[in-house]
Amino acid sequence: MKALAHDATALYDVPGPKTERRHRLYGVLSTLIVLGLLAWIFYLLFDTDQFTYTKWMPFEYKGIQELLLRGLGNTLKAFALAAVLSLVLGTVLAVGRLSDHRPVRWLATLVVEFFRAMPVLVMIFFIFVALKVQPLPALVAGLALYNGSVLAEVFRSGVNSVERGQGEAAFALGMRKTQVMTHVLVPQAVRAMLPAIISQLVVALKDTSLGYLITYEEFLHAGKLIASNLDYDLPFIPVVMVISPIYIGMCMLLSWFAQWVSKRQRRNPKVEAAEVAPAEPGTLLPGVQ
Amino acid sequence: MDVLTSNFSTFAKGFLGTVELTVYASILALVLGFVMASFRVAPVGSFRAFGTVWVTVLRNTPLTLLFFAVLLGLPRFGLVLPFKVFAILALGCYTSAFICEALRSGINTVPRGQGEAARSLGMTFSQTLSMVVLPQAFRSVIPPVGSTLIALAKNSAIAGAFSVNELLGTYKTLSELGYNIIWTFFWIAVGYLIITLTISAIFNVLEKRWGVPR
Repeated sequence: MKALAHDATALYDVPGPKTERRHRLYGVLSTLIVLGLLAWIFYLLFDTDQFTYTKWMPFEYKGIQELLLRGLGNTLKAFALAAVLSLVLGTVLAVGRLSDHRPVRWLATLVVEFFRAMPVLVMIFFIFVALKVQPLPALVAGLALYNGSVLAEVFRSGVNSVERGQGEAAFALGMRKTQVMTHVLVPQAVRAMLPAIISQLVVALKDTSLGYLITYEEFLHAGKLIASNLDYDLPFIPVVMVISPIYIGMCMLLSWFAQWVSKRQRRNPKVEAAEVAPAEPGTLLPGVQ
Repeated sequence: MDVLTSNFSTFAKGFLGTVELTVYASILALVLGFVMASFRVAPVGSFRAFGTVWVTVLRNTPLTLLFFAVLLGLPRFGLVLPFKVFAILALGCYTSAFICEALRSGINTVPRGQGEAARSLGMTFSQTLSMVVLPQAFRSVIPPVGSTLIALAKNSAIAGAFSVNELLGTYKTLSELGYNIIWTFFWIAVGYLIITLTISAIFNVLEKRWGVPR
């Protein structure tokens, strides 16, 4: 069991009894340091009265709970819309990039590269401020443009990861390009792409919080409303302590789902050749994908 | 069009603000990412656990939430620093998680025999890591680290929305002065393109010199 745990690395040997004792000492010391840091943070929190009843009282009220739930609902709504639209846009752009017609390919490449190079927030602000769009559509449009462009690359590398013989055989049977794509390449590519797609959806979920900056009434916005309430003595830290675990938890669940899917696939003999790497965050580097 | 020429100083200030933020946050992210990556491959269990928690939590935290907590939350319990320092801390810590993972996957690409050979020469863990494995891992992580830093430059826009003086923030000043908002955004976009293309060019040069295909 022990040897198994250490098997994965080339960096050190299975420790002997002396080294083991030394490691245990390091372990205890570092744990003590971390615990000390945590204790110091708790001391600071108590010292600045973050655990007083007034500061935590708001969470007992139904109205405030509803406000938070509504915010969470709005976050999930923006996420769902952005996810669907980016998948659609990603498909369209990937089809464009895989097209046989040069102008179409160039146009799709230009769109993909531009939207990947821009900060999402700049696009969202542009749509919100310059085009005077409502917060929710502005947020969703910005997220869809960015994530759609990234997903287009995922789809493209997914289709390209299918063995070349597959496409050639389908063409030899007399299928048209559309048929080759929809009947042969895409069904095989989807399996390999799935983990990368879900990882990109985690990015979309995280980025819905950008809606806060354009006054979309999402989860963080609801938190901010409560946090700046004078009646409860500005319960800023309690709000952060309540909303962060929920936000981080949602993203973690989705990340774990992606990992679970990819692990399950690695065991599946049907998808051996293809493994699509998740898209690099914002790349302009040739040769990365 | 005249938005740029007549407000060059505003744009330049925002541009330099973004560059400054990106440079300092990159340094912090690279250092922290390196430390966390060493933790994650260390023989001591508690180091590994700490590294894993750090990476898992930060990678799944929305950056806006992190900025919210750091810029607006930390002052509430007595930690008052300039806004810019807070922004660098938030950006740097967030990005360090991605740098750490890039480094770690780079370490995994180094053949096991290399580490075994180093050990048979009597090297310790830190010697093996710093003299044999990392120099080789470094060559294969140039592209992913480059794209992580490009992402950092783009993410620095969020700091602007939290009123740290940087490129995106210039639109507020200029729209108050009544300039055409579309052209303002055009020049902001150009500014970001300059920054991201520069980073990508730098990393292309690095890759040509030292890179190896993964």
